[in-house]
Amino acid sequence: MPGPRGNMLGRPMPKAKDPGKMFRRIMGYVMKDYAPHYAIVIVCIITSVLCSLQGTLFMRELIDKYITPFLLNEDALPNYEPLAHAIARVAVFYAIGIVASFIQARLLIRITQGTMESMRNDLFEKMEKLPIKYFDTHAHGDIMSIYTNDIDTMRQMISMSMPQCFNSAITIISVLISMIVLSPWMTLVTIIMVGVMLGCTGYAAKNSGKHFVRQQKQLGTVNGYIEEMITGQKVIKVFCHEESGIRKFNELNDELFDAAKKANTYANALGPINAQLGNLSYVLCAITGGALALSGNVSVGSVASFLSLNKSFNMPISQVAQQFNSIIVAMAGAERIFGLMDETPEVDEGYVTLVNVKKVSGEKLEETLERTGVWAWKHYHKDTDTTDYKPLEGNVVFDGVDFGYTDEKMVLHDIKLEAKPGQKIAFVGSTGAGKTTITNLINRFYDIQDGKIRYDGINVNKIRKDDLRRSLGMVLQETCLFTGTIADNIRFGKLGATDDEVIAAAKLANADEFITKLPDGYNTMLTGNGASLSQGQRQLLAIARAAIADPPVLILDEATSSIDTRTERIVQEGMDKLMHGRTSFVIAHRLSTVRNADCIMVMEQGRIVEKGTHDQLIEMKGRYYTLYTGNSIA
Amino acid sequence: MVRRILSEVKEYTLPSLITPLCMILEVAMEMVVPYLMASIIDYGVYAGNMNHILKTGLFMVLAAIVGFIGGILGGKFGAVASTGLARNLRKSMYENIQTFSFSNIDKFSTSSLITRLTTDVTNIQNSYQMILRMAMRAPASLIAAMFMAFYINARIARIYLIAVFILAIFLVCIMLSATKIFRQAFPKYDELNESVQENVTAIRVVKAYVREDEQISRFKKASQAIYQIFCKAEGKVVLNGPVMTLTVYTCILTISWIGAKMISVGDLTTGELMSLLAYCMNILMSLMMLSMIFVMITMSAASAERIVEVLNEESDLKNPENPITEVKDGSVSFKNAAFAYNYDKGGKPVLENINLEIKSGETIGIMGATGSSKSTLVSLISRLYDVTEGSVSVGGVNVKEYDLEVLRNAVSVVLQKNQLFSGTILDNLRWGKEDATEEECINACKMACADEFISRMPDGYNTRIEQGGSNVSGGQKQRLCIARALLKSPRILILDDSTSAVDTATDAKIREAFRTMIPGVTKFIIAQRISSIQDADRIIVLDNGHVNGIGTHDELLKNNEIYREVYESQTGGSGDFDETEVD
Repeated sequence: MPGPRGNMLGRPMPKAKDPGKMFRRIMGYVMKDYAPHYAIVIVCIITSVLCSLQGTLFMRELIDKYITPFLLNEDALPNYEPLAHAIARVAVFYAIGIVASFIQARLLIRITQGTMESMRNDLFEKMEKLPIKYFDTHAHGDIMSIYTNDIDTMRQMISMSMPQCFNSAITIISVLISMIVLSPWMTLVTIIMVGVMLGCTGYAAKNSGKHFVRQQKQLGTVNGYIEEMITGQKVIKVFCHEESGIRKFNELNDELFDAAKKANTYANALGPINAQLGNLSYVLCAITGGALALSGNVSVGSVASFLSLNKSFNMPISQVAQQFNSIIVAMAGAERIFGLMDETPEVDEGYVTLVNVKKVSGEKLEETLERTGVWAWKHYHKDTDTTDYKPLEGNVVFDGVDFGYTDEKMVLHDIKLEAKPGQKIAFVGSTGAGKTTITNLINRFYDIQDGKIRYDGINVNKIRKDDLRRSLGMVLQETCLFTGTIADNIRFGKLGATDDEVIAAAKLANADEFITKLPDGYNTMLTGNGASLSQGQRQLLAIARAAIADPPVLILDEATSSIDTRTERIVQEGMDKLMHGRTSFVIAHRLSTVRNADCIMVMEQGRIVEKGTHDQLIEMKGRYYTLYTGNSIA
Repeated sequence: MVRRILSEVKEYTLPSLITPLCMILEVAMEMVVPYLMASIIDYGVYAGNMNHILKTGLFMVLAAIVGFIGGILGGKFGAVASTGLARNLRKSMYENIQTFSFSNIDKFSTSSLITRLTTDVTNIQNSYQMILRMAMRAPASLIAAMFMAFYINARIARIYLIAVFILAIFLVCIMLSATKIFRQAFPKYDELNESVQENVTAIRVVKAYVREDEQISRFKKASQAIYQIFCKAEGKVVLNGPVMTLTVYTCILTISWIGAKMISVGDLTTGELMSLLAYCMNILMSLMMLSMIFVMITMSAASAERIVEVLNEESDLKNPENPITEVKDGSVSFKNAAFAYNYDKGGKPVLENINLEIKSGETIGIMGATGSSKSTLVSLISRLYDVTEGSVSVGGVNVKEYDLEVLRNAVSVVLQKNQLFSGTILDNLRWGKEDATEEECINACKMACADEFISRMPDGYNTRIEQGGSNVSGGQKQRLCIARALLKSPRILILDDSTSAVDTATDAKIREAFRTMIPGVTKFIIAQRISSIQDADRIIVLDNGHVNGIGTHDELLKNNEIYREVYESQTGGSGDFDETEVD
């Protein structure tokens, strides 16, 4: 397909430009379907945090209220009853906490997986609406990785990072309050240490983030290299090019190793930094607390409680720090996801639609919901407020069409042609003359810059794209089949087709013969673009697929070029039957296949240089004559 | 399997060994800390001994520093070891793939090789790092904490033992049932990816037939299947949390109750109770870690399997012991040759009883219906596949006796499914001959009729080719591929349907150039167009893996039915063609 392709090497850097905006959009997604769920999650988080805080505070109670009295009145018979009550009370809190965290976890799974599902679905729905140009200008591997790698970053983000941050925030606030109540001085020490902790974490995180970005970029390069080389593996073998391929691969691989090594080293440092600074903070608090207890300012139980609060305070901070990298990665992923979602979809301002009609009182057409098999264009005229019906015939006119894939460079100039219903128009010319490009225009895969294309007298820009395309059959240069049975693939052309229709279409395309020879016949499963079939067999299926759709206009792009000539002749007969009564545009290199065309267009560098029937063109002894006789000189 | 993966650690063995040692150091310090904390409370705070607090505090700071060093070094060496293993795995796999024969390549799909080299290696890297850093750490921490707990108070420590036992059973059950579901998830992911891939590559077909809605609903089905399976699997994993907290809380309460009683009778100190509670957390956290490692290992086992498959795949084409390093001439002979794909698995022969004698310098046309094994026949000449019966000789020597590289340099093949690589046109041409001068390249291009369009490009021979050659047309690509093959100055040139997208006039010019400029080279031309082969010295007609006829154009026209039928179908047998035929 000679079309424009963008620079495939220009993979976007995995770094979000506006993390705040990305975060809001992710939240928007979560809230769209799961707002009540999320509200419950938040309630659960608060509940479980408060419950576990109760547990921590219980330590003080345990020591001050129950244990210390035992130690003080050594002679008295200890009364265990209040202790049993206290334990029972805490047990209830604990139970509530467990239930809350269980509900929270269960709900988060649904929220996470559900959000990922709806993002995937929205991505796909959006992708299906994008213009062909998008697919021609983006590396296919890159588009696919959005569905896998980038969506995957959301899992960590939604199920871990977001609740963790929220949980941590609540824990930090509630613990902070308890700490201040217990001892402002010890709180001050703790907070100073947290400052140190954040500083160190920030340093390590910044460095690891930098190398993670580098790692992602290198990973992209290595992936790209592998993809290209493995795809061309057979060519490498034929040219004994293995050695230099390995050299280049090793270079790229080593760079990736270096980035990954550094990124992981810094990321791994986060844990020990936080843990040991936490220990340090504990020691300093113990010293301060010890001094305070000695001077009688606080109770021993308070110091013990405070020390465990100190741990509870440091833990969430280091947990948030641990999430830092996955947040960076998720933001980069979100940017790519929303980047695709924000692409401009194919615009369709067409209002002329294709409807079933029946004839009433002689010639007048009337719209009907019945499947009459008779179709007409329903055209509403705004200025006169009338609707008229034009029967679907298959008349196609190009009127001074100019086209370029980019505005700067035109590839087609002033194309003029008319195909009357049932006529066969053939395009010939050397490679790169623009023959294939023409087929991209009738169905509006690309919009033309100047001139007009009319279908049954209606400007194609006014026709609804779906209806326009439904009225056109296509067999493309490269055959694409889908995973499913052979029958499914033929049915792609007409969804509700019966088995008989499928077989009839296959027979017309001469595909029936090879299909019935397969062990599973029409139910043979095809995978990987029909890898188990030969190129010719795949094309036969593509022809059958077009045959079953039964459109009034056909576009055949070198459809028969790699079917062997014997099969091709039989296909040709079928195709001739199929083309009978249909307007057809055929592109082929073999002049013999286009000789019975009603009009042959000879193209050269984006222009039609000669047109006419075979006999007329031979008579002219021009470009066509050279091309044609080239067929038999050599 | 594990041994095969580990054998790739190589130069990263030392870091791999140091990492767990560092982690043990960190764990040891983590164990000491609660003990010191208890000491601070008991003998410092309660006893009112500030000196003791300061002294023990100093020890704690020292322990923290040692632990920090252990942690940092463990992290660093862990990173080096795991990313190093990943590097070696990628390297070994890539190098092994380069030794693959065509039939090895056919066995693995391209996309699966790519996944193995990327995603699967990353999986292994992550689990290896996890195992190095945690596998020693978690059991060490578990045992040490247990030991300390028993040291402080054996009676209470027994509670831990029971708790650990119960918890371990629960965790194993949960994990086993979860991994079973996770395994089902992988094929579902493949389905989803397939759907995306097909829609990306076949978007023109989807749009041409207005099947967007149908494809969307198909995708949604796959997408929903993943949602359900993950909800189910993670729903099980998530039980871990509550079971774990339940055990922790139960332990804390039981210990508080028993501990308080023991303190009242003087069997336990307050500080000891505090440190026992801290060890309790340690023990249960280690268990949690162990269960996570368990999941990681089972999840990455599938990746390891797929990697080992590639590493252990042996090329079924071996260089002979004392290879012949010179190809004398371009003569080719087939003796009773037969070939079957997947022969060892009982594949049916696609070529049988092939006997051919081809002289050096001959031009041989090959034609036949789709699936008549034309491409397979010529693949045997450069030993892209080995014959399953009989033999193939080049220059009078069996192809199996040549050095593979020598043979393939002498036999230049232009594949039917050809490919250009990203880089300039010159770069691509030099695949044929690494040190080719620009002049040599231009000459080859002139012969392949590629010079005319290259010199029209703004950057000429320095024009960049995009990945897969997407910025040149099909015909231009074919001509570049022919030029690339010519640069090898081969003894035998094989064109496998290589001019199908080239117009007939150019096609004729290329063949004319072959005849006048490289007359000594044996040429095999596979084509659908009779015009491409009708002037060949001899034409082989293949039918269903057998030679149906062999001879010149005129001979075959007379006595070969298949050939005549094809000829007539292409010429239409009509009068006006005869007028234009120049003979």
